[in-house]
Parts: sequence; C-alpha cells; structure tokens
Amino acid sequence: MSLPDTLVKRLHEAPVGEPEWLAEKRRAGALHLETVGFPTRRDEAWKYTDMSRFSSLEFGQADSAELDQARLDALKLDIDACRLVFVDGLFNAELSDPAPSAGVTVMPLSQALEGDQHAISEQLGQLTGIDFSAFTALNTALTGEGVVVNIGKGQAIEKPIYLLFISRNNSAPVMSHPRILVRCGGESEATLIEHYVGEQDAANLTNVVTEIEMSPASRLSHYKLQEASQSEYHVASIQVDQKRDTNFTSHNLNLGGAVVRNDIVTDLNDENATVDLLGLFFGQDRQHIDNHTKVNHNAPRTYSNENYKGILDGRARGVFNGRVYIKRDAQQVLGYQSNANLLLSDRAEIDTKPELEIYADDVQCSHGTTTGQLDENAIFALRARGIDEQMARGLLTLAFANEVMQRIRHGALTDRVERAVAGKLPDRFNLESLVEDTSL
Amino acid sequence: MLEIKDLHATVEGNEILKGITLSIKPGEVHAIMGPNGAGKSTLSAVLAGRDGYEVTQGTITFDGKDLMEMEVEERAQAGLLMGFQYPVEIPGVKNIYLLKSALNAQRAARGLDEMPAPEFMKLIKEKIAFMKMDSSFLHRAVNEGFSGGEKKRNEILQMLVLQPKLALLDEIDSGLDIDAMKVVAEGVNSLRDENRAILMVTHYQRLLDHITPDQVHVLIDGRIAKSGDRHLAEELEARGYEWVIEEPAA
Repeated sequence: MSLPDTLVKRLHEAPVGEPEWLAEKRRAGALHLETVGFPTRRDEAWKYTDMSRFSSLEFGQADSAELDQARLDALKLDIDACRLVFVDGLFNAELSDPAPSAGVTVMPLSQALEGDQHAISEQLGQLTGIDFSAFTALNTALTGEGVVVNIGKGQAIEKPIYLLFISRNNSAPVMSHPRILVRCGGESEATLIEHYVGEQDAANLTNVVTEIEMSPASRLSHYKLQEASQSEYHVASIQVDQKRDTNFTSHNLNLGGAVVRNDIVTDLNDENATVDLLGLFFGQDRQHIDNHTKVNHNAPRTYSNENYKGILDGRARGVFNGRVYIKRDAQQVLGYQSNANLLLSDRAEIDTKPELEIYADDVQCSHGTTTGQLDENAIFALRARGIDEQMARGLLTLAFANEVMQRIRHGALTDRVERAVAGKLPDRFNLESLVEDTSL
Repeated sequence: MLEIKDLHATVEGNEILKGITLSIKPGEVHAIMGPNGAGKSTLSAVLAGRDGYEVTQGTITFDGKDLMEMEVEERAQAGLLMGFQYPVEIPGVKNIYLLKSALNAQRAARGLDEMPAPEFMKLIKEKIAFMKMDSSFLHRAVNEGFSGGEKKRNEILQMLVLQPKLALLDEIDSGLDIDAMKVVAEGVNSLRDENRAILMVTHYQRLLDHITPDQVHVLIDGRIAKSGDRHLAEELEARGYEWVIEEPAA
C-alpha cells in the first residue's frame, strides 16, 4: 500500500548532525517501509487488523513535552520506581525521577546518543533486524527518543524501572517512535514497566519498539500496561533474546486504544531458557486489540507457558495469534499455550488462532482456546448468597480477568488494573464500589 | 417460620419427595436424617431453588411468603441461607468480594444502605477470628484449593456474616475431621437464638452430638416416617433405619 506523501517526505529528511551509523539505519528502515508499504488484510499476519484507514492518516510531530504536574499525578502509577516520563514521545526531564540505584543505568535514548555510541550502534536493530515489520522499519527510520537500560552483571534491582508514555489530546495528531533498548547482565534481576496512557480523546500514533537482550541466568519481569485513549493508535513490537537459564515474564495488559497491535517475539536460544507470556485485553465500543506472540524454541530443554485472556464488549474486536515454533532437534521442550475469551455482547468479536510448528519429536506441547460461557454452578452459588444474577456475572467476569492479574507482583499495579477492569464492565454488573476499601 | 405442606417433587420425571409436611418455628433446631436415596438432598435442593427439581404438589412458605415464587437470590436476601454439602470453588472471586456483595445485596433488599467499609472490615475480622481462620484467606478465591474442612468453615463464616433467619445446613459434617467438626459446630451454635431457626440435613448422628436438635425427623422414601426429640437420633445410631421402615408410618 502506498504511503502518504508527507510521510515519504519525512522519511527522506535526515536529521542534521547525526552519526553516520544512525543515518544508515534510518535509510535502511525507510527503504524497507517504502518497499513493503503498510500491511493490508492480504498479509496473513494482518488478516484481522485493517490498517488501510491508518495508512491515509496524517500524523505530525510533537514540538514540546510540556505537561503540568497535576496531570502527571492523575495518570501515573503510584509506585516507588526509577521513572522516566515521555510526553508525545519527547522526554520530560522535570517530570522524571530517575532515582539512580547501583548497578543499573537508565537514560533517555537522546541522551545516550550524545555519549558513547558504540554499544547503541550495535544494539539498535540487532534483534528486530530491519524487516521485523513495516512498523519497526518506520520506527527505525524516524526514532530519536526512547530509553536505554543496562542492568549490571549480578545485580538484583529492587526498584522497578518505570517508563511512562503520555499521549496528549493535541489539536492535530502526532506520532512518536520510541525505541527501548534493554540489556540484562548475567545473573541479574529486574522489573521493567512500560506504561502508556493518554488524555481523553488523544488520537496520536505511538509506535514503540523494545529490544531486550538477556545474558545467561538473568531474570526480567516485563509489564506493559496500555491504557491509551479510545482514539489512539498503538503499535508495539517487542523482541527478546534469551540465553541459557534466563527467565522472562511478560505481562501484556491492554485496556485502551482505538486500534492496538502488539507483536511479542522471544527467542529461547539456549538450554533452560524460560518464558511466561501473560496477557489480558479488554475491548469495548469499537476498540480493536490485536495480540500476536511468537515463541521460538531454538534450543533443547527450553520452556514456554502462555496464557492470554480477552474480554470484549460492545462492537469491540479482539485478535489473538500465538505461534510456538520448535526447531529441529530442540528436544525435551515444554510449550503450553491457552487463550480464553469472554464476549459480553452479541456484536463483539474474537479471532483466535494458536499455531504450533514442531520439528522435534521429544516435546510436550498443548494449546487450547475457548470463547466462553460463565460457570453456571458458580453463578448459582453466588445467587444463593443473595447476589443478583447480573452482579454474579460481573463478579465472575472480573474473576476471569483475575487469573492474569493475580500474577502481577506489584500491589499498585494490580489495584490499578483491577479497578480499571471493574470500571469498564457494564453498569448492569454494578461492581464500582466493590473493589474499593477491602484491604485489611 | 418455615411451613412445608404435603410437598411432592420430581427429578427428571421421577417422584423423589412424596408428601413432606414440616413446620419449623423461630428458635428451633431441626434435624432431618435418613438413609441414602431417601430424598434428603432433593429437599435441600428444592429449598435452595436449584434448577431441575419440579414441585408437583404442596406448598412451602417462608415467613408467610410462597417460597416457590421467590428467585434464588430473593430467598437468601429474605434470610433463608443454605450451607452446601459441596461448596463450589469460584476461581478468581475473592472471599472478601463475595462477603461484601452478599451482605450489601441483603441490606439493599431490606432498604438499608451499604455498610461503610471500616464497619464491614471490623465485622469480618471478628467473624474470621471466631472461625479460627487466617485473615489472608479473605483475599484468596472462594474455596479454591481449600481442604474439605476449610470449605465448610467458609460456609459457616458466610452464615455468621449474613445472619440468616433460617440456616439450612446440608450434610455440613461430611468430610470433616473431629477438630474441624468442633469449630463448625461452635459456629452453628453461636447462631442459635430465639429468633432464628436451623435445619440440618445429615446422614450421621455424630453431628448431633455437637449441635443438639430440638426435633429429629426420619426421612424415608420421600416421606417423614417418624419424628421425635434428640433421643430418636441416638436410637437410629444404635439400631439403624430398618426398624423405622418396618414400623407403620407415624
């Protein structure tokens, strides 16, 4: 599909004074995007997500990262963390609180580009390559901001690294292409939270790429909480490289956005690399949320476990595509996958597709998808305590989401997600006051 | 409080209850005993309002109202609460949510506002301490991964919080060891007062060692074959049910 003229023009406007290695990557990104164009529904991976309307949209560029403190306080997670704040993709130093702790460096990409660039020049695009998708190519061509995280060898970092991306309701929509580059040193342990929020009616494009390298025996808990406005376009591509004995846990929580696409790809490249992929998505009105995951078992004795849950109301549409690939001779692999969905309205829709591709013979894999009904016995048990049927259904719908939420290890984050889910459930379920004030 | 008159009920076309008449007044504790297949669990299911049970004849009134006209939740809101033989596991629904929503539903039905959160939490803490349960369980899912004893304690905890007018306990002693039995019995006994009634359905006499009934009824083949005081239970324990079957109906 041809690109809008203004975008083509932008792709060829190289920023002044940049190092040659970056200019070269940008050119390669631009070339790839111009060659393949934005995806259409004829592309298998985009069969259910129509980007044709998107392709004709015009997005400008933010020129300021201004935001008042009160607005920030209303949107941010209330946690003790190393926090970097971005507004429409631009770094806001005043609102950030990097709270440096020993053994880890966290800095905006723009700042890192001013220092020793050698590491970044290797890292940027190393995992995604140039052809991960049209959107990663677009990101490479136009990125300028993002985050560089380096977790030192053997370091267990207590404080979460909290990256907050705020989308404003601008007079004309803007686009941003954050690039997040993460290196987990050997035997390190850390938590990374990417949080996307928007002002009401913000209608921008956020197109983020996250590349995570995990050295042997490192552990990373990755949370992606996407609460953008229901007019926002959100595309995220996450590529993880896991070495021996690594443990990666992904919590992919999607509550907002008009059109949302997440691609999470992890390569289990050596023995005893383990990945847990947990997902929750809740769509209402005309929201469209598409999650594509891919686990590549490239080595024997690697383990994956995936559990995605979707709730769809109104005319919302959800897509789940989970692919598990097991390379030839990658024996004794365990790969489990499940996707369960609840439709709260007749006009909501889910397209779910698990895919197993196995070239080894000594493996254990399973996958299952359900589009569900609530447990009638449980409804009866709740009604038998005086709870009316609608509220019983509401409690069980919240319970459905809880299975994913209870794996969240940060109280403030769990509460935030639970309240958001309870708040999104239809009024007939009458759950608003229930989730408050029940701490002991 | 509860008046059952000539109750007949069928399950999948088979008549299980064949004319039960029973009257329970405030302050009374009744026990219904009987061999397997006599209709004990059918009677419980009909009173609780489970689907699949058809009342073909007779009436049940609760506090003067026709129970069969009431929805499941309306029965509970009106004060008829069932302690289940097999409490259902409800993954993902925290106990605290169940207790809070049930209590507030009952209050709403009685024209009361929601209980303020601090008052509610105080009430809950008091009751879980009484049932010798750990407060952490409030944030666990209802009955999920609970032992048999914990599930039954949880049923009684719900009773203590919701304070029913009539507590209907269906085989509440099944699956309990002696220590758990004592805690459960203490919970039930604490509910006893002059305004409340308790109906226990049980297979074994041992529960009645801990919760002394005022009246015991023997249910055989869908009818109450014999009624008496607590000594009847002891006699059943000693002699089995055969002799009741052989005697002419009371």
